[in-house]
Amino acid sequence: MCSTCGCSGEGSGTRISLVTEHDQPHDHEHPHDADHPHDHEHEAGEAHGHGHGHAPAATVEETRTILLEQEILAKNDGLAAANRHRLQEHGITAINLMSSPGSGKTTLLESTVRAYAGVRETLVIEGDQETWLDAQRIRATGSRVVQINTGAGCHLDAQMLAGGLKELAPPDNSLVFVENVGNLVCPALFDLGETARVVIISVTEGADKPAKYPYMFRTADLVLLNKIDLLPYVDFDVELCLGLIRQLQPEARILQVSATKGDGLGEWQTWLDAL
Amino acid sequence: MGGGRLSVGGVHELAIVESVVDAIVEKVGDGPIAAVRLEIGKLSGVVVDSIRFCFEIVANGTGLQDARLDIDEPSGRAYCRECGDEFDLDDPIMLCACGSADLDILSGEQLRIISVEVH
Repeated sequence: MCSTCGCSGEGSGTRISLVTEHDQPHDHEHPHDADHPHDHEHEAGEAHGHGHGHAPAATVEETRTILLEQEILAKNDGLAAANRHRLQEHGITAINLMSSPGSGKTTLLESTVRAYAGVRETLVIEGDQETWLDAQRIRATGSRVVQINTGAGCHLDAQMLAGGLKELAPPDNSLVFVENVGNLVCPALFDLGETARVVIISVTEGADKPAKYPYMFRTADLVLLNKIDLLPYVDFDVELCLGLIRQLQPEARILQVSATKGDGLGEWQTWLDAL
Repeated sequence: MGGGRLSVGGVHELAIVESVVDAIVEKVGDGPIAAVRLEIGKLSGVVVDSIRFCFEIVANGTGLQDARLDIDEPSGRAYCRECGDEFDLDDPIMLCACGSADLDILSGEQLRIISVEVH
């Protein structure tokens, strides 16, 4: 049992599943570690050149300092670079979609997948802590979809994306949307190897959200302001929100859209096609 | 399931600490470690108190379980591409005094394992 939240360790590993027409979890669960053994050969080999990993049996209380000088996320970043390379080789565009829960990511995906029907093959990797509900919604559009359930995990990482891509098997030149776990904090730090990072915020949230979650907005290539059809009914200061985004990430494109009514979705597609 | 790995969640600091422990065990083996020195910049988006909390949990049962955790927290430093000024900042909303947000971050985003002390 986990000592922080008391959840059961059983079943809390990452599970990656191709979602079929019949919506049944076919028995194909991959605990995060089992299917992708942690392969440490190169790095360990290099390191031992310097470090003399095995301390001789200590007879005195002295300690010895071993310099490591490495990025904490080096392993994730290495796997992300491998994902990126593989995607580029196959002409696949991968979009990492990040937002709070309820911003309209899945609805946006449904509209986008339908818009590309017959134009470009579009596939989806859904990240959620639990359930297949979003994957089933996407599956209903006819798109191929893989569900990654992170269990206790609060973000996708590059290793999970590698597993998801293996299961999804996207064809060359396709468009893959990766719906990250709904959370504006944790996914900010993890490069998946995506082509571009898109952050979605909706007008039913606070306009000051970019200031509250600056790390997320600073990583965005594009910010979508969603649900703009609801602006007449909510108290949302668009200029405040856009100003904060520009301060945090001057290079990000910003588009105002309504995933349900279709406003701005043409520009969204134009942006995607230019990647 | 879970491969014997401790699964706790809700914060990215947990994944950061797991990466630290994995990387150290990989490099120096699983013998006892006296101290670990990390560098976590003030603009990194990582909360040092959470790192300490998660470290106790993740290190338990590994060679790092009794290790002292030393964390350097370098300040943020930025260069303004608009006015050419170079200045300190510790606020994740990054603005130059001239009003520009067009900055190069020179320091403060570090997330590094510096060294370990072994017995």
